[in-house]
Amino acid sequence: MAEARQIAIDVRDAVKRYGDFTALKRISLSIHDNEFFTLLGPSGCGKTTLLRMIAGFEDVTEGGIFLYGKEIEDLPPNRRPVNTVFQNYALFPHMTVLENVMFPLEMLGKGREARARAGEMLELVQLSQFANRKPNQLSGGQQQRVALARALAPQPKVLLLDEPLSALDLKLRKAMQIELKHIQRETGITFIFVTHDQEEALTMSDRIAVMSAGELQQLGTPGEIYEYPRNMFVADFIGETNLLEVSVDAFAEGRAVCHLGGGHEMKVDAVEGIGVGSKVHLSVRPERLFLTDEKIDPDALHATVLENVFVGTNIMTIVDLDDGPNFTIRAANSDRGNARVFPEGSPVFVNGDRGAARLLVD
Amino acid sequence: MASNTDVRNYPGFVGITILCLVILYAPLIVVTVYSFNASASITVWEGVSLRWYADVFTGPDSEKFKTAAVNSFSIAIMAATTATVIATCAATAMVRGGRFRGRTLSFGLISLPLMVPEIVTAVATLIFFNAIGFTRGYTTILAAHIAFCIPFAYLPIAARMQGIEGTYEQAAQDLYATKVQAFRYVLLPLMGPGIISGFLLAFIISLDDFIITNFVKGAGVETLPTAIFGSVKQGIKPNIMAISTMLLGVSVVMVTISYFVSKKDNTQ
Repeated sequence: MAEARQIAIDVRDAVKRYGDFTALKRISLSIHDNEFFTLLGPSGCGKTTLLRMIAGFEDVTEGGIFLYGKEIEDLPPNRRPVNTVFQNYALFPHMTVLENVMFPLEMLGKGREARARAGEMLELVQLSQFANRKPNQLSGGQQQRVALARALAPQPKVLLLDEPLSALDLKLRKAMQIELKHIQRETGITFIFVTHDQEEALTMSDRIAVMSAGELQQLGTPGEIYEYPRNMFVADFIGETNLLEVSVDAFAEGRAVCHLGGGHEMKVDAVEGIGVGSKVHLSVRPERLFLTDEKIDPDALHATVLENVFVGTNIMTIVDLDDGPNFTIRAANSDRGNARVFPEGSPVFVNGDRGAARLLVD
Repeated sequence: MASNTDVRNYPGFVGITILCLVILYAPLIVVTVYSFNASASITVWEGVSLRWYADVFTGPDSEKFKTAAVNSFSIAIMAATTATVIATCAATAMVRGGRFRGRTLSFGLISLPLMVPEIVTAVATLIFFNAIGFTRGYTTILAAHIAFCIPFAYLPIAARMQGIEGTYEQAAQDLYATKVQAFRYVLLPLMGPGIISGFLLAFIISLDDFIITNFVKGAGVETLPTAIFGSVKQGIKPNIMAISTMLLGVSVVMVTISYFVSKKDNTQ
């Protein structure tokens, strides 16, 4: 996997304006061949607009979009070797499942092989026995698979998925996430997936582009984005975090000493661009903190338990650093490890892993 | 479950309902029942008979009614077909054309004829044909019928089209269909029930029309409604009731088909 990978979709300085409103503010990103790529962001961040620009439903105000090096801006949707799985599936209600899947092949003039190929696709999504049903006789999850089979049948160079799982219930959604990932591996087709669900993005993607307000906030693997958020938006949007305003007092052994207020200090990996005296934000992941009743680690912070919240898999504890900010700490609900529930009002020490806290560059 | 807001609990509900139904249907029932009367009188009941139905087909007036029926049905079929094609195009432009300039005005222009008193349309059409020097006859009736059938065909077609989401066509185009193919293979089949409804409605409207037809028809050319009116002027004979009952039957059949077709929703 180390060799330079081909670029499937290259978005160069793409801008989208609707009258006075700028939906996309000069976005550039490259999506690799055979990659599961996710555009993640809250609604209105421009992710769907970008997807529709790649599909050909929206034109590009400025900049360009390239598919394997070829500019596709002037091609209408039916001339782009790119297919979409729509949010509401858009299965043709007057056609059977099989006819739906055969449709793109027939439009491409491949009528002869259409039936066999459509059959294969239905097998891939495990719906062969429903070939002669109408879409409205299927459940939401089954319709979703038909939409997927239909979009994959013509073997597009890139498959676009516009929040395809949002209408499914939680269990089915989880199962489909895994299945989608398998299908992507099996077919080797580049997937571009749009979602506002950060967990879904982390589960499925090779790389994620986090977007907000028409701008690209951060691009990286799920691990990079989660562990090294670049700014407050990303840290807050992906996972749960304690966001604190801190000042950097000094550096020691490559670590920045951050003042949290109330005389509390925390040592955090130094980040380029943040010097002594800077007031910056610190993101501390609650699941990487743990509580002890004795001060084992010399850097542990003294605090008082405010509240324990039971969330099933986890127990969330909110503590008050004496004269300092509040912290949320998340512990697995298990008898193993350090998980231990301290009653409200008890004095505790807050300990963290080395990577628990990250300084945010901007 | 029988809550206070149930209309059936309102005082006088049953009485008013029965009154309305009687006013609406009593005349039709009287005509239908008396069309099976054996008597030559229209008021005295003498027993059940199909005599007057036979009279319509074989009696002295049968030739006149046959010609009128042929005219009526051929005009209704052609007018409804043409109006449906035009209305389908209009609905496509109005519903799928986005926001173009004059869209509201266009909608007004299409539906205005429904509000205009028919007598006004009739006089206007007559004056128009005179002005351009058309000889009145079969062709003028057909032209007038096409024109006034368009809004009637338009309404169910446009209503249907509004219920079809734009993503179907987008999906079709995304799946390599050209615009024409997307229309032919996806939009048109989905519009089918609306188009059939529109056609049937236009057909009934054309078949039933009296006022406009009476103005624009030439001497000697009759449709069923004008022929019936002509006969009635010379006194009501029971054979008129038989014809009316048959015409009523055709209307009921058409409306029933239209109802079931429009209920067959294939967009879900």
